[in-house]
Amino acid sequence: MIKFRSLLISLVLLMPFASHAALTVEIVGGAAQQIPIAIVPFAQPANQPSLGQQDSIATIVGADLRRSGLFRVLETRAAANQPHQLDEVKYQEWAALQAQALTIGNIESLPGNRLKVSFQLLDVLKQSSLGGLEYNITPAQLRNTAHRIADFIYQKLTGEMGVFATRIAYVTKTGTRYSLQVADADGYNPQTVVASGEPIISPTWSPDGTKLAYVSFEKKKPVIFVQSLVSGQRYVLANFKGNNSAPSWSPDGKRLAIVLTHSSNSQIFTINADGTGLQPLTHTSAIDTEPVWSPDAKWIYFTSDRGGSPQIYRISSAGGDAQRITFEGVYNVSPRISPDGKSLAYIRQEQGKFRVTIQDLASGQVQILSDSAKDESPSFAPNGRLIIYATSINGKGALAAVSADGRVKQRLSETGGDVREPAWSPAAN
Amino acid sequence: MNKRILVSLLLAISLAACSSKPIKDTAPAVEDKSPSTSQTAPDTSKNDSASTSGMTDTQPAINPLKDPNNILSKRSIYFDYDKDEVKPEYRALVEAHAKYLAAHPDAKVFLQGNTDERGTREYNLSLGQRRAVAVKKVLNVLGVADKQIETVSFGEEKAKTNCSDDACWKDDRRVDIAYENE
Repeated sequence: MIKFRSLLISLVLLMPFASHAALTVEIVGGAAQQIPIAIVPFAQPANQPSLGQQDSIATIVGADLRRSGLFRVLETRAAANQPHQLDEVKYQEWAALQAQALTIGNIESLPGNRLKVSFQLLDVLKQSSLGGLEYNITPAQLRNTAHRIADFIYQKLTGEMGVFATRIAYVTKTGTRYSLQVADADGYNPQTVVASGEPIISPTWSPDGTKLAYVSFEKKKPVIFVQSLVSGQRYVLANFKGNNSAPSWSPDGKRLAIVLTHSSNSQIFTINADGTGLQPLTHTSAIDTEPVWSPDAKWIYFTSDRGGSPQIYRISSAGGDAQRITFEGVYNVSPRISPDGKSLAYIRQEQGKFRVTIQDLASGQVQILSDSAKDESPSFAPNGRLIIYATSINGKGALAAVSADGRVKQRLSETGGDVREPAWSPAAN
Repeated sequence: MNKRILVSLLLAISLAACSSKPIKDTAPAVEDKSPSTSQTAPDTSKNDSASTSGMTDTQPAINPLKDPNNILSKRSIYFDYDKDEVKPEYRALVEAHAKYLAAHPDAKVFLQGNTDERGTREYNLSLGQRRAVAVKKVLNVLGVADKQIETVSFGEEKAKTNCSDDACWKDDRRVDIAYENE
């Protein structure tokens, strides 16, 4: 049903991004071993004055890499030469600055107000190229291109997928106004997906990154909507008697696990992405909620208090008996499975403190990752390295991220009101 | 055990009603109670003396649901921490609403569960629902059918923020009774 259509969303999403951040990311820890990298400012065409109003590509790439906690970005002005071509590079000079890697690049004007962006990543010690790419873009795509360059560098030097060109969905509350937003992973370029005078919770990305499912209270009860980020159009996925909440997409994007109550306690169902084909999955008189699919689609992990306290269980996505997964503690909720399917992140409450916890599914080993007290809604980055979550800083809702090994921590603060319910997008195409 | 069978039976019935319908039918199915809107108000005054007999209301012209002197204007049931038991002190209140619903078969109530802000949003949504269901069960025992009741939850979404003690949190652990179209 397209009866409820958000205003101007497609327009907003298609607008060239303004170069401002809603969320400011601050690093509060780093890896023990950081890769020293120098990024020479890219050569720019003189006839593109608008480029001067934006952050330079080198600045954005450097900020991305620094924020990951895995890189030390070196000051390049100390070098006598500022190379832009391979034959201009004097490797000894960069070795003297202790750079292990060096990035050089160019921006050139093309006809029709387009730009050609090219770069090379160089191994300073081996004095050889690790590769490079070339992009034909509009000026509005410069920030995204910088994030893709950072992804390339990150992947080449760490062996892991970069996630700088991904996005984050979150909900802000300013006064009595709720807004579901989508921003770049560095907090820039925030877009309003839907705004309401009633709460919005539990946004979750479709596996192809083109849609969000979320729970809105605008009908004075929780109802699940699915909204296209391309067209802005949305439809009601589930509005049954009672509550409709906790949507989670199957890995193929064809079905969702949802929670319905009808006239009883929360129970888990699955439903086609078009709202047809509802089927019950759990059959208890207890609370069964917060379903999430494993990446191989075989399991649905969920929270249940069937054993007396809320713990995490899993059930075959085809139904059957549930198996308990968490055993330590008296309050383990909000399960999320890492993209490789090997780790389970969740929220544990101990002595009144709610903290992000990670559990190795094979060994059962548990590590508490955060040191705050009001953590909620963990969400894995698509490379599994970082977990973004909601927390409270100085009595205000804020976002934070922690690496899956607990070493790197980031705080994402919003200038306006509360920010909560983060959800990291799938990998960029 | 009987309860479980009853619940699954109810689920099966409601599923049978829902599962065959495409999504377009969903919203109207929920919203089509609007005809009762127009009936509620006249109904109220017409049946007022019947529905409120034995209660403190002495002025039949006043909507008993809005009359501050009528127990029906009291709408909140408070719960102990981590509990969903309806305490005896709310018995009279729930009984009054059960009588009103029996006398007004077209009336429908929303039982809106709430929790304090501690804990995670979706789990608190389920905890608020459990409290709403607890009140519903008392109404069921008093003879009110499920078709006159919808249990919903706001979880912690309407809770006060930045509480630091139970004097503050206890106000949020409640079920509110709201009549349709109020």
